[in-house]
Amino acid sequence: MSDDEKVSATGKRIGRVAREYATQQAKEAARRKEQEAAETPITADGPAIPPRGTPIIEVTDIGKSYGRVIALKDVTTSVKAGEVTCVLGDNGAGKSTFIKILAGAHQHTEGKFLVDGEERHLSSPRDALALGIATVYQDLAVVPLMPVWRNFFLGSEPVKGIWPARRLDVEFMKKTTRSELLAMGIDLRDVDQPIGTLSGGERQCVAIARAVYFGARVLILDEPTAALGVKQSGVVLKYIAKARDRGLGVVFITHNPHHAYPVGDRFMLLRRGRSMGDFPKSELTVQDLTSMMAGGAELESLAHELERTMGADSEVVADLKAEAEAEAR
Amino acid sequence: MTTTAVADERVVRTSPVASVMKRPEIGALLAAVAIFAFFALTTDTFATAQGASTWLDSASTIGIMAVAVSLLMIGGEFDLSAGAITGFTGLVVGVLTTEYGLNIWAAILVSLGLALGVGFLNGLMVMKTGLPSFIVTLGTFFVLQGIDLAGTKALIGQVAIQGMRNVPYYDQPQKLFGSSFELAGGTVVVSILWWIAVTAVATWVLLRTRVGNWVFAVGGAKQSARQVGVPVVGTKIGLFMTTAGCGWLVGMLLLFSSSTVQSNTGVGQEFIYIICAVVGGCLLTGGYGSAIGAAFGALIYGMANQGIVYAGWDNNWLKAFLGAMLLGAVLLNEWVRKRAEESR
Repeated sequence: MSDDEKVSATGKRIGRVAREYATQQAKEAARRKEQEAAETPITADGPAIPPRGTPIIEVTDIGKSYGRVIALKDVTTSVKAGEVTCVLGDNGAGKSTFIKILAGAHQHTEGKFLVDGEERHLSSPRDALALGIATVYQDLAVVPLMPVWRNFFLGSEPVKGIWPARRLDVEFMKKTTRSELLAMGIDLRDVDQPIGTLSGGERQCVAIARAVYFGARVLILDEPTAALGVKQSGVVLKYIAKARDRGLGVVFITHNPHHAYPVGDRFMLLRRGRSMGDFPKSELTVQDLTSMMAGGAELESLAHELERTMGADSEVVADLKAEAEAEAR
Repeated sequence: MTTTAVADERVVRTSPVASVMKRPEIGALLAAVAIFAFFALTTDTFATAQGASTWLDSASTIGIMAVAVSLLMIGGEFDLSAGAITGFTGLVVGVLTTEYGLNIWAAILVSLGLALGVGFLNGLMVMKTGLPSFIVTLGTFFVLQGIDLAGTKALIGQVAIQGMRNVPYYDQPQKLFGSSFELAGGTVVVSILWWIAVTAVATWVLLRTRVGNWVFAVGGAKQSARQVGVPVVGTKIGLFMTTAGCGWLVGMLLLFSSSTVQSNTGVGQEFIYIICAVVGGCLLTGGYGSAIGAAFGALIYGMANQGIVYAGWDNNWLKAFLGAMLLGAVLLNEWVRKRAEESR
């Protein structure tokens, strides 16, 4: 089995896991509505989430160059409330530059960047946060030895009482952590356990839930499934869908089309710093996505290479050639 | 309920015994009970009121420092100058009052200011240079030790403060720092009350305030703490200043309980504080531990220190005992940390 086949087989398994979750989602959504009715909703301050389908972020022909080096050029896409926009690309395709612009870490040098229909130049991640754009990076910013509830509120702890008796509102913190995680579908019996005892996928989900609680309308997830196994990736995909169902706009960065396709509503492909297009799900199949990511020319040369080692009549080579031809058209 | 079944699969299950055993101070508590039982059964005076006042007295000053050092260690740093500062502050007060006739309260405030200054410098140097606090405070330790020994000799021509009792208003701070009272047939020195107060405040701050949350965070994962907006530099400098401040308190307690202070006071004690903190459940790597555990650690030290005397053994066995306790505690803590950090 070649590496490519392994990858695609893994991807298919993830796709299956994700579909299973999708069928469960309907049941869970009903359960969640009951819970929400029972408990008073706890939300942080910040800009309200607009109705589903309203564009929150729109970028038009956006670009970024460092002196003479063009890192990103002519990228157009949008992030709508209650939708998942997937940004796909191989290593070095410009994904990082793109999300850093959205997150406020870098400023774009070309094009238009609209938030809520207003043109913006974000000068810091703090600006982005104020607009409700939160980024969950790969290291997640959690402290492994600390309990889940302490991690959830770290840096923004709610307090009660008057100094010197001012103290953490522990009851509120634990209750909120539990209910916020429950809303994301994580049912922790004990929020007192160190966050390090959670699985990688669950930790990712706590980081997502934290961003949502602290007022995120748009969630930028930087390769959340990159370091995870098949099952864990499925769990994270499920929470991406959850965040979407709560009405958030999600930007999901990945290099795996099999992760992106099941949850995505819109796909933006990057290659060598340029957009290869911005497609709604209805215009693409997962095969289209895969072949576009690999790139027609590359596929052709790969087919040639494999022809020498595996023989021209090999099934894999025939497939690759067919895909390369489809790409050329 | 299929949804519950799915969720339960991922829930971490812990038995009640395991969750009690996860408290960082549990090992120190059990060890303290065992050591108390041992000396109470093998010696006559250990469990009497008089005996208890002796070992509580010996545990109290060590305990105050151990608690402060435990906060610092949870915050991920060491302070080797913590012992020398107790001698330094006592000497400053002694020299300023007996040699230069400064008002005793003024001298006490001056020494507090100097102690906080040393703590601030320790913290600033560690944070600005990024060097390990072990090395930075080893430097301050030797500087302070040199000043204590040579400075005192140069200024008063002796190696110990004399004539403290003749200083005007000596009895005022003496009531606060050096008095004692009778209780149930034993003598309670005021340092025991200070020890209890410091332990209570430290435990409360650590577990129930924002600052306490930050202390755990800066020790556990500095970078993550910074990313979510925890003031890392301020928290760490504050911890160094707290340790130095407690060093000042212990310096005053030592000075006013005996009315004298030697120029080598506190030297060598810094490791005892660290041992007590580690026995109390602090990890050397930071981010985990307990203030009350460090107080238990100091209690173990005090009990062993006096128990060995009561049992009529060679006093030097104390060192071997402390070493063995430390090794046992480190192994236990390491096991606890692995369990806590284990990815599932």
